[in-house]
Amino acid sequence: MSILVLADLHEGQLAGATAHVVAAAKAIGGDIDVLVAGEGVQAAAEAAAKLDGVSKVRVADNAVYAHQLAEPMGALLVELADGYTHVLASASTTGKNVLPRLAALKDVSQLSDVLAVDSADTFKRPIYAGNAIATVKSDDALKVITVRTTGFDAVGDGGSATIEAVDTVVDNAQSSFVKQELAESDRPELGGAKVVISGGRGMGNGENFKLLDGIADKLGAAIGASRAAVDAGFVPNDMQVGQTGKIVAPELYIAVGISGAIQHLAGMKDSKVIVAINKDDEAPIFQVADYGLVGDLFEILPELESKL
Amino acid sequence: MKVLVAVKRVIDYNVKIRVKADHSDVDLTNVKMAMNPFCEIAVEEAVRLKEKGVATEVVAVTVGPKAAQEQLRTALALGADRAIHIETDERAESLAVAKLLAKVVDEEQPGMVILGKQAIDTDNNQTGQMLAALTNLPQGTFASEVTVDGDKVHVTREIDGGLQTVALTLPAIVTTDLRLNEPRYAKLPDIMKAKKKPMDVKTPADLGVEVASKVSLLKVESPAERKGGIKVASVDELIDKLKNEAKVL
Repeated sequence: MSILVLADLHEGQLAGATAHVVAAAKAIGGDIDVLVAGEGVQAAAEAAAKLDGVSKVRVADNAVYAHQLAEPMGALLVELADGYTHVLASASTTGKNVLPRLAALKDVSQLSDVLAVDSADTFKRPIYAGNAIATVKSDDALKVITVRTTGFDAVGDGGSATIEAVDTVVDNAQSSFVKQELAESDRPELGGAKVVISGGRGMGNGENFKLLDGIADKLGAAIGASRAAVDAGFVPNDMQVGQTGKIVAPELYIAVGISGAIQHLAGMKDSKVIVAINKDDEAPIFQVADYGLVGDLFEILPELESKL
Repeated sequence: MKVLVAVKRVIDYNVKIRVKADHSDVDLTNVKMAMNPFCEIAVEEAVRLKEKGVATEVVAVTVGPKAAQEQLRTALALGADRAIHIETDERAESLAVAKLLAKVVDEEQPGMVILGKQAIDTDNNQTGQMLAALTNLPQGTFASEVTVDGDKVHVTREIDGGLQTVALTLPAIVTTDLRLNEPRYAKLPDIMKAKKKPMDVKTPADLGVEVASKVSLLKVESPAERKGGIKVASVDELIDKLKNEAKVL
């Protein structure tokens, strides 16, 4: 077996997700190469070379791969995929954007959001918003897979892979980057945070989300939200935890004013410890919470912040 | 510009699913079905493009069993002009659907194709991207804003950590995210009118596409249930439990 992992980048640096995808590749077994594609990505390539289990890092450093647009990235992967049995990427918005293009051009199916490896051709993945887990077997010669990072513990550093330049340059006259607005935050990224505190419709409005700030600061937590809070316009969609948003699995998840709709639970139920704060003692969130506190969040949150 | 919009018949998003006792699949007998929510957003966007005068015709297409014509009628009631039903009872996976849609794109030559970013049954999030690759067209996935400007379309995309805007040459493939728009409800007179709008029925064989996939579904299980814990009486007790019992603080 020979596996190519597409590295995830965040502002040009190697994103934490990649170490999880490499772990999934190790579970499949075989040689693992990592492709780092972008513009000015040498540092990311060096970071990828340190990941445990990686044999070779292939670096495609060219302006055409800047921002990892789908069209050139798909074309690059098609050029590089020959000789590999598996191509993996994280189920990030980049992996989801790019990998299906490779699969279609190679005339193979893609397995999305794989959360467990049974064997080199058999995998588990969630369907129906995580309300069922499907075991699927692929007989395609090339397996194209996006990996749900919460399903695999990140590999550590300690590797010393070789770094090799890829000089394949593809044309792209179809798409161009216009702008990017990333939420500015000193807080950890939602997907990788050890503690997450999320607010739901019970927060009442966007202004009240500030009540979570102080607690998040004290716990080093990322702040999330339920889809109900996003749909109500309280906070932007990139804060959404759930099947249609981010899937998280922190050490501690605190759900505030969140009733616990199925679609939200699908995004956080693998958290190690779940705390629910809600005024409705019948709220479904309490059925999954390790510790539930029934009461008015506007009284509980300031008290919690002062006592932490 | 002609806009092609693809829709899928799926389980209604309010229905709690059941896994079959033999673990062969999810049980869909006598379950309420509906248009995939992301496809509703796609139809709405196409109709709005027509209302703005950008689109001249909206064509809805689906791949699925006979009953999927209900979802095409819904699309017609919401404002699509005509519909194409590619009828199959086989389980058509993303790649096969993308191949079928590529044939329709070839025949219809739309200026834009709009699809939902994913269907809420298989949660694949692949079809739009595969269609773009097969038709050699650019893609704007997970769109939260779509603006046609001359021979280009600007698509603002929901990406991890924020928003990204790309400019694509037309024709282009767009897949919808939640915040793109809020779909309207079909009015009764429009539902009546939709019954008279044209619907073309084809089969995968007519289009020369093989639906079978090399991926087999071996087993479907319910996820591990998480047991509820305890209720605490106060903030002090909560902090104590988190520190001394769960040891996460």
